[in-house]
Amino acid sequence: MPKNLIVIGAGMASGRMLEHLFETQPGVWNVTLFNAEPRGNYNRLMLSPVLAGDKTYAEIVTHDANWYESHGVTCRFGEKVLRIDREAQVVVGENGAVPYDRIVIATGSNPFMIPLPGHDLDGVIPYRDLDDTETMMSLGARPGARAIVIGGGLLGLEAAAGMKAQGVDVTVIHVMGHLMERQLDEAAGYLLKKSLEEKDINVLTSANSQEILGTDGRVSGLRLDDGTELPCDLLVMAVGIRPNVALAQEAGLAVGRGIHVDDAMITSDANILALGECVEHQGAVFGLVAPLYDQAKVAAETLGGRPAAFTPKEVATKLKVTGCDLFSAGDFAEGEGREDIVFRDPARGVYKRLVLEGSRLIGAVMYGDTGDGTWFHGLIKDHSDVSDMRDTLIFGPAFQGGAPSDPLAAVAALPGDAEICGCNGICKSTIVDAINGGATTLSDVRAQTKASASCGTCTGLVEQVMALTLGDGFEVQTVKPMCPCTPLTHMDVRRLIKSRALKSMAAVMQECGWTTSCGCASCRPALNYYLLCDWPGEYQDDDQSRFVNERMHSNIQKDGTYSVVPRMWGGITTPDELRAIADAADKYAVQTVKVTGGQRIDLLGVRKQDLPDIWADLNAAGMVSGQAYAKGLRTVKTCVGSDHCRFGTQDSTGLGIRMEKALWGAWTPAKVKMAVSGCPRNCAESTCKDVGVICVDSGYVLHIGGAAGLHIQGTEVMCTVRTEDEVLEYTAAVVQLYREEAAYLERMYKWMDNVGLDHIVERVVTDADSRRALADRFYYAQKFMQQDPWAERTKPAYRALYAPLADLTLEAAE
Amino acid sequence: MTDWTDIGALEDIPERGARIIKTHIGCIAIFRTAENEVFAIDDACPHKGGPLSEGIVHGRSVTCPLHNMVLRLDTGLAQGADSGAVNTYATRIESGRILLDTAQLRRERVA
Ligand code: SRM
Ligand SMILES: Cc1cc2nc3c(=O)[nH]c(=O)nc-3n(C[C@H](O)[C@H](O)[C@H](O)COP(=O)(O)OP(=O)(O)OC[C@H]3O[C@@H](n4cnc5c(N)ncnc54)[C@H](O)[C@@H]3O)c2cc1C
Ligand code: SF4
Ligand code: FES
Repeated sequence: MPKNLIVIGAGMASGRMLEHLFETQPGVWNVTLFNAEPRGNYNRLMLSPVLAGDKTYAEIVTHDANWYESHGVTCRFGEKVLRIDREAQVVVGENGAVPYDRIVIATGSNPFMIPLPGHDLDGVIPYRDLDDTETMMSLGARPGARAIVIGGGLLGLEAAAGMKAQGVDVTVIHVMGHLMERQLDEAAGYLLKKSLEEKDINVLTSANSQEILGTDGRVSGLRLDDGTELPCDLLVMAVGIRPNVALAQEAGLAVGRGIHVDDAMITSDANILALGECVEHQGAVFGLVAPLYDQAKVAAETLGGRPAAFTPKEVATKLKVTGCDLFSAGDFAEGEGREDIVFRDPARGVYKRLVLEGSRLIGAVMYGDTGDGTWFHGLIKDHSDVSDMRDTLIFGPAFQGGAPSDPLAAVAALPGDAEICGCNGICKSTIVDAINGGATTLSDVRAQTKASASCGTCTGLVEQVMALTLGDGFEVQTVKPMCPCTPLTHMDVRRLIKSRALKSMAAVMQECGWTTSCGCASCRPALNYYLLCDWPGEYQDDDQSRFVNERMHSNIQKDGTYSVVPRMWGGITTPDELRAIADAADKYAVQTVKVTGGQRIDLLGVRKQDLPDIWADLNAAGMVSGQAYAKGLRTVKTCVGSDHCRFGTQDSTGLGIRMEKALWGAWTPAKVKMAVSGCPRNCAESTCKDVGVICVDSGYVLHIGGAAGLHIQGTEVMCTVRTEDEVLEYTAAVVQLYREEAAYLERMYKWMDNVGLDHIVERVVTDADSRRALADRFYYAQKFMQQDPWAERTKPAYRALYAPLADLTLEAAE
Repeated sequence: MTDWTDIGALEDIPERGARIIKTHIGCIAIFRTAENEVFAIDDACPHKGGPLSEGIVHGRSVTCPLHNMVLRLDTGLAQGADSGAVNTYATRIESGRILLDTAQLRRERVA
């Protein structure tokens, strides 16, 4: 007498299990197969090719009516199981109950829908089954149709690419900083985003959805928390899945995140098995089919009364989007005793990263060239000893003496029209033409093309172009690389950021061939500055790539407290400001109140958690951050000038205030200090400032490149101008030139040493168009920079970051 | 014995950043790496007590904000030429919540 087996759910896992069952135990089981979907088993993985129009539904059906019939399966498709009654030993479906000897629960998972306002509107769907797929396909028939996909993971991207292939205008909204962050690191995420954008799919990362908008009960758009509104006709949410445990839970089985099963796939009830995405095995839940197929085999054996045990294996991920070749497997976090091997080929858009632990490969991420993925996956799964191949491992099994990562790769990858010399607007092809026309030395190239003939900061790149064109015949001078992550210098990287329009840190690291996966404490702050300077309004400042003082907008003290310095424009204050400062000093028990060398007041010894409050109090009294911590404008010192002093020739105080108001907030390679003195007696010490003004009867003498710290450096005179307005225009221009050309942490005088005063005079004084363009770029950037960081950080969203995450002092002392 | 205590959500810590928690044995810094791993170590640098929670996080290491000593988040050991170590505490992430084994804190006090 065959025993009654009831299978709940006709999905990927149960389909495979039934195959094993009928193969190994023919005639033993009388199977009833319930499925909530109105159809039998099909290959869910292939929904994306169906959506993209590469396959039809008929092609992805795995078990057809004949198959069920020949194995005597009673199909109850389109019928949901409502309840398992363990006492009566029946499974209750919508159309009645069936008695069982054994049950296999294979209910898969439920797509998670973020409960945003509007999530229940028509046209807001998940991506899980054929119906969802058909809804998306039908959109393609409407000209000009727009869709939004929330979620930049595997499913979301397949949905986006599929709809794009149907002619829909698609935008992907992803909350994290890079796509598929669970499977990919930043570099691979960047390459993936680039490929999708090349397919005309819009991708917004670090984007937070706030509300789904609707008209007449139907979705019409999405609003992000920054206020952006995106219109759409369909919104697909692909943000994750939750094991579908409802039936099991109600039946009183042991359930955690998923239905608890042992190694034999048996639940807490010996007559009930479970498998697939609905289960939890040793704390793990599943989202890819490979382990489910192993479970299917084990469950079939268990039903046959034979011992079998499921052992989880490392799974690999591939994205089924044409033209986006990516592969990831194993664990690729850094760790003690773990080593990274990174290979980047910017020209081919290839990125590969292997993570080794001792003699074993434990993780692999690759993009662009994934041919060796399966081989690497095998090494990971089998725990193979790879120590003998270590040096050449990354080149894969077909290794033929593969070349080490090429320091010239970044330059080799540049297109001919990439600008190498910014001063003279010379692009790569012009230099190559000159070399092919006979130029063999740097001075030949300079003479013929003018490349690197002005400020000289692009010399390194010009030499690399020469090395590439002339081959071994040309020696590149060895120069100091930016940090151990790259063979390129600061200047090379700055030029490449501009000529290749690199707008994110991941883009720089990939296109410049970084040898580490995410940089170090030395290159990250530099890159953050370069990107912020070159792409104002586009690049998003990365707080985590800033040194503590700039991240906290205060100077850290040796005891971990902070100092707070409000701006005193041009060194001028008022009784009201002084009262507010005194009150704040009292209220927050400030340890020391000191007059600084920069003509303002420092409140030293403020506790971190008090910072937002003291800032709010000072803000309320009209004061803003003095940025005494910033690689940016610090102070503009002034003297009393013509208002009071018997020698004063001009309003030095008023001009200093104007300058500080115009220039505050700008980030610069290193700190910038200024001063305005009312006459050549120079009481404001203008001749040891980065920019100093000395007023004279006929106007203003502009000095640049002074400093008085580690190194005493008198200024050089740049020029003399007649009006205050000119002082402002020239100052903005010279600061902008410095911003654009200097290496990070290079004070203005060092930059001046490198590029020469003549170059600066040429760009800022002689060439009026160049000066105006520089000043315009400076003021454009200021639109984004002149926001008081204190006001920003006293808002609730930020405030939390200054408070402890939790207070366990009482809890643990119990 | 372990005693897993919920100390907050993963999202409460910026990626490649840190927050502190207060305990009777002092402040503990809770780090989140780029790979969304969480580590807990003492918030005091073995050099001169610098607040490690304010350092730059790279890979599974943090650079002390005061004088640039580099410490591993997983082992608490100083890297490179420096020597020294901080205590590490076991954490885990469950459904987006960070759990800290507070039993370690009690042991710390008894010891
Ligand atoms: C507060 C102040 C001293 C004072 O009590 O007067 C000060 C305090 C610090 N200075 Fe200074 N400098 C101060 C005026 C100066 C001056 C005088 C001036 O600006 O007229 C100089 C010489 C002028 C110059 O910079 O060329 C000066 C040259 C330095 C240097 C050496 C810079 C150099 O390029 O050689 C450093 C180190 C650095 O920046 O890397 C420095 C660094 C520092 C830091 C920020 C060290 C740090 O990173 O923690 C100190 C922060 C203390 C704190 O916790 O607040 N400080 N420092 C002055 C703040 C002025 C302000 O209102 O913002
Ligand atoms: C579009 C898409 C693409 C994918 N691509 C890949 C890929 O490339 N690689 C990969 O490894 N994985 C991929 N996956 C994931 C993979 O499809 C799942 O891991 C797999 O389908 C899970 O199998 P399962 O049998 O556990 O659940 P499912 O296949 O979901 O089957 C569960 C079935 O149970 C039914 N059910 C639920 N509750 C009841 C009830 N109460 N009564 C009756 N029936 C019920 C459901 O209707 C469903 O048909 C993809 C998934 C999707 C949606
Ligand atoms: S610089 Fe000249 S004008 Fe200014 S205070 Fe000194 S003496 Fe007076
Ligand atoms: S206190 Fe950390 S390095 Fe000095």
